[in-house]
Amino acid sequence: MEFFLISLLNGVSYGLLLFMLSSGLTLIFSMMGVLNFAHASFYMIGAYLAYTLGLKLGFFPALFLAPILTGLFGALIERFGLRKVHRYGHVAELLFTFGLAYLIEESVKVIWGLASMPYRIPAVLDGPLFTLYTTSFPKFRGFMMLVALAMLFSVYLLLMRTRIGLVIQAALTHPQTVEALGHNVPRVFMLVFGGGTALAGLAGVIGGAAFITEPSMAASVGPIVFVVAVVGGMGSLAGAFLASLLIGIVQTFAIALDWSLAGMLAAVGIGVTESTPLYSLWKLQLSQVAPVLPYLLLVLMLIFRPKGLLGTRAD
Amino acid sequence: MRTILRATAAGAVLAFAAFGANAQTVKLAFIDPLSGLMAPVGQNQLNSWRYIADLANQKNWAGGPKFEIVPFDNKLSPQESLNALKQVIDQGIRYVLQGNGSSVALALADAIAKHNERNPGKEILYLNYAAVDPDLTNSKCDYWHFRLDANSDMKMEALTTFLAKDKNVKNVYLFNQNYSFGQAVAKAAKEYLARKRPDIKIVGEDLHPLAQVKDFAPYVSKIKAAGTDTVITGNWGSDLALLIKAAKDAGLTANFYTYYGATTGVPTAMGAAGEERVKYVGYWNVNNEKFVGADVAMGFNKKYKDDYYTMATYTGIAMLAKAFKETKSTDPVKVAAALEGMKVQSLNGEVEMRKSDHQAQQPLYIAKWVKLNGKDVKYDQENTGYGWKTEVVLDTYVAAQPTSCQMKRPK
Repeated sequence: MEFFLISLLNGVSYGLLLFMLSSGLTLIFSMMGVLNFAHASFYMIGAYLAYTLGLKLGFFPALFLAPILTGLFGALIERFGLRKVHRYGHVAELLFTFGLAYLIEESVKVIWGLASMPYRIPAVLDGPLFTLYTTSFPKFRGFMMLVALAMLFSVYLLLMRTRIGLVIQAALTHPQTVEALGHNVPRVFMLVFGGGTALAGLAGVIGGAAFITEPSMAASVGPIVFVVAVVGGMGSLAGAFLASLLIGIVQTFAIALDWSLAGMLAAVGIGVTESTPLYSLWKLQLSQVAPVLPYLLLVLMLIFRPKGLLGTRAD
Repeated sequence: MRTILRATAAGAVLAFAAFGANAQTVKLAFIDPLSGLMAPVGQNQLNSWRYIADLANQKNWAGGPKFEIVPFDNKLSPQESLNALKQVIDQGIRYVLQGNGSSVALALADAIAKHNERNPGKEILYLNYAAVDPDLTNSKCDYWHFRLDANSDMKMEALTTFLAKDKNVKNVYLFNQNYSFGQAVAKAAKEYLARKRPDIKIVGEDLHPLAQVKDFAPYVSKIKAAGTDTVITGNWGSDLALLIKAAKDAGLTANFYTYYGATTGVPTAMGAAGEERVKYVGYWNVNNEKFVGADVAMGFNKKYKDDYYTMATYTGIAMLAKAFKETKSTDPVKVAAALEGMKVQSLNGEVEMRKSDHQAQQPLYIAKWVKLNGKDVKYDQENTGYGWKTEVVLDTYVAAQPTSCQMKRPK
């Protein structure tokens, strides 16, 4: 029971961090059709900025400032980079963000160096939040969950209850019509891109402190955010939320289970030994393949339900 | 008259040539990751080689020849390493240094052996300073490959010898990366523990993907659920740092026996979390009894703002320098012959390059992560205020392993 509850908590909190990371990507992707390969790079920028600002101002001001700066940077990129590339179509945009990801990574290396930063959790948030049986649940993971939920709530309000939210909503399904109605779609694009990158920056502030802040942190989370965006469904924030939780929980529990095909076959009376052909495949444990499961989910989702869990557009 | 002039001129040219040979620069090609996830480790090691090369040049260890390190980025990939090797050959460099990843080492050793066989007179000598798969000096040993680090089995021998004396160890969990090295660690741990402490139970074993996992909390709750008191891990880089961080967060009180607790990034990630609980087995610790090598470590820290831990760089340059001096040559063929069975005084004591398998034999250290105390723990790591306290120095023979290598020497 202890193990189950702790694993569930771990899964949910990891899922919520994933959601913070990928919600921005979902917004940008659905709105502008830009598969932003550099999205995880903004996550990294958020972490590095928060570390640097945190040295002077402390963690909590940095928690607000770093995402804002990241968002501003994102908006500038959109205004003076992506917008120019936009007229050459999606492939050009894709290549642009692809190059951007490299540029950002190299710049981070030049500015901050190759080693990992001593970016640590602030003392207030360090320590156990509560103890479940004998395992402690860290405060910072609780904080992570809180921030993610607060973020979900405010983004939801922004999208559903404000004018700009309505325009964004409309642009999700009918971008041309919105433009025809006289809305400044390029500016909305800039706003969405800036907002999306700010969300990634926020995830970076949290993720960088919770895990590690180093130049390859972008590359290591890069692929998983795409999985969330695709599995959740293009343009669906709720879908991204569901998908993040699903992936977080599935991965956490898969790690805990030492099931293998060999074990299953043995249970039904078929013995598998080292001499059996493809033994290395049969003996693979679920825990070993756990990190690959999200990608398996991605492939299956694209085959059987291309629009994702709660997607609105299948194209 | 004319003939006399000519003879004098010829003599002068000869003298110059001899002098030129004496003051020549020997290039050493460094093939390791300088980009990607393990770049911080590779960069640190490149600097380590450079620092020791500079030291050797200043003090003229080699009696004439100077060392120069030429870096090649292999992105931790065997394929890229072979491309780099082609460049090395094209540039006429005769010495290769490599350490990260046994998969890379196996590919390089093989390619170099073939090259040397086909191109007599252009032989390349390969100094492996950190790839520790035992196969490289056993079934897959090669004459042109020399390993400066202790191999994974030797480290496990040392580690289990030390661990066996601790009666509190009852339930051991093996946690490793899923590739040749991690598997070798797990296998050796099981074998040696069964031999030395059959009462110890292996309560769990995990092999996780190399350099992909960010959140180790699920693994830690699994380790905890198994009732673990001691974790043995060969993890390195971020895979170790994040594991220990997660263990601290979940209140896991187990001890960690690591191979690579001292490598770039790990001390920062551990901080106070690893205090008294993380240990490493390796060939040197700056906080040794007489602080041998502390001047090197401090000088390195001043120059590169980083920690010096790849002490094999010192052994490597010392051995090459001695071979250059003894043979009065920088020809890899003569140097390789001189390296066989060579003994040098390195920072950890006497190191011998065993002739039978080209595996360096040296004392091994086990150290514990503790707060600086100014007495036996003077030097910290990555400015954390914590450093490694030497728990024990194991004599060379303790960790020595038999070899199955049947070395084929060139005629």
